[in-house]
Amino acid sequence: MSINFALTIVLALLVLAAAGWTVAAPDAFAAVVGFVIYGLLLALVWMSLRSVDIALTEAAIGSGVTGVLLLGAGARLRSAEEPAANERAGVALHVMAAVLCTSITAGLAVVVLILPEPAPTLAPSAAAHLAGTGLGNPVAAVLLAYRALDTLLESAVLPLALIGVWSLASDRFWGGRPGIRHRADREGVLVFLPQLLVPFGVLMGIHIVWVGADDPGGKFQGATILAAMWILTMMAGINDTPPISRRWLRGILVAGPLVFLAIGLIGFAVPGAFLAYPPGWGKPLILVIEAALTPSIAAALGLLPAGPPERAPKG
Amino acid sequence: MNLVLDLFTVVAVSAGVFFFFAGTVGLLRFPDALTRLHALTKADNLGLGLVVIGLLPRAGGLPVALKLIGVWLLVLVSSATVSQLIGRAARRGKLQK
Repeated sequence: MSINFALTIVLALLVLAAAGWTVAAPDAFAAVVGFVIYGLLLALVWMSLRSVDIALTEAAIGSGVTGVLLLGAGARLRSAEEPAANERAGVALHVMAAVLCTSITAGLAVVVLILPEPAPTLAPSAAAHLAGTGLGNPVAAVLLAYRALDTLLESAVLPLALIGVWSLASDRFWGGRPGIRHRADREGVLVFLPQLLVPFGVLMGIHIVWVGADDPGGKFQGATILAAMWILTMMAGINDTPPISRRWLRGILVAGPLVFLAIGLIGFAVPGAFLAYPPGWGKPLILVIEAALTPSIAAALGLLPAGPPERAPKG
Repeated sequence: MNLVLDLFTVVAVSAGVFFFFAGTVGLLRFPDALTRLHALTKADNLGLGLVVIGLLPRAGGLPVALKLIGVWLLVLVSSATVSQLIGRAARRGKLQK
């Protein structure tokens, strides 16, 4: 048994243990902590499969942003947790949930196991046409050239999710600032961290967007780091969440998907298909799309954890 | 020369793993939040630091070596901040025992 195989087995057992803990945890907070650990372990699994792009996304979005969102949701549900714990669901419901989840897992396992050997793959043709896209990273080529429609829809989902969260606001708070105002930390620890970290974090976020063309990275991962830096300054009380009625904010949120859609429509005119890039223009157009999408994604991810507006707009 | 570097890596990474182990034992065995934090800092600061120092000769280039040191420094900043915040919350009695 090689050492790599042993490490894989240990990693798989750790993932299973983290998943079990997430389901069995006594309260929502413990479950979210388990979920974040589960996400980070999954990132290690993707790393061991040499899928660095997916590992980065899993760590940043699957574990990081989703963890923060779930922590916020858990805090809001804390008052409801005690009564909910007393209402025990019936045995039949437990059994049905267990059967459903087990059959989904078993079905996935069967599908993976009956794949022909070697598994069907489009990787050679993706690599063969890489030069035509002007990109060096095949994952980026899939996201922004071969399957650009999927990415366009994904980028449109984020503003829609944010509109969904905002629409939970009560009428008098509409147009106000999301979330509570965090007071600046008098003893300074939480103010010191963003002062030190944010310049590096912004640099790293932009770097990861930029290298995404040729190396693992890209707009989603980079924008997540930028959003995390913004959230850090808001949590430390250095700046406040912007009122959701601000035009600049709404402009940034929709600019990315709109630019993407516009470039996609230009494709009808020149090469003759939606989201097709004119020959030789692939790389510059992709750069424009990434540059417009990054602030949109960062703004949406930064504002999602703050929740719906909770403070009435002034005047 | 290679043997010396390999030996250096083995010794430093093993020492780092020892501090991670000691920190984990402390986290599980110590009685309250402040002493547990004390144990955790051994893993974050010394353990990771020794692992990074041990990996430096194998980094295969200055940029990668600098990135490794950068990772250690970032972990130092975040763990120091989080320790301060948890310690303060513990002192004010906000944490459940």
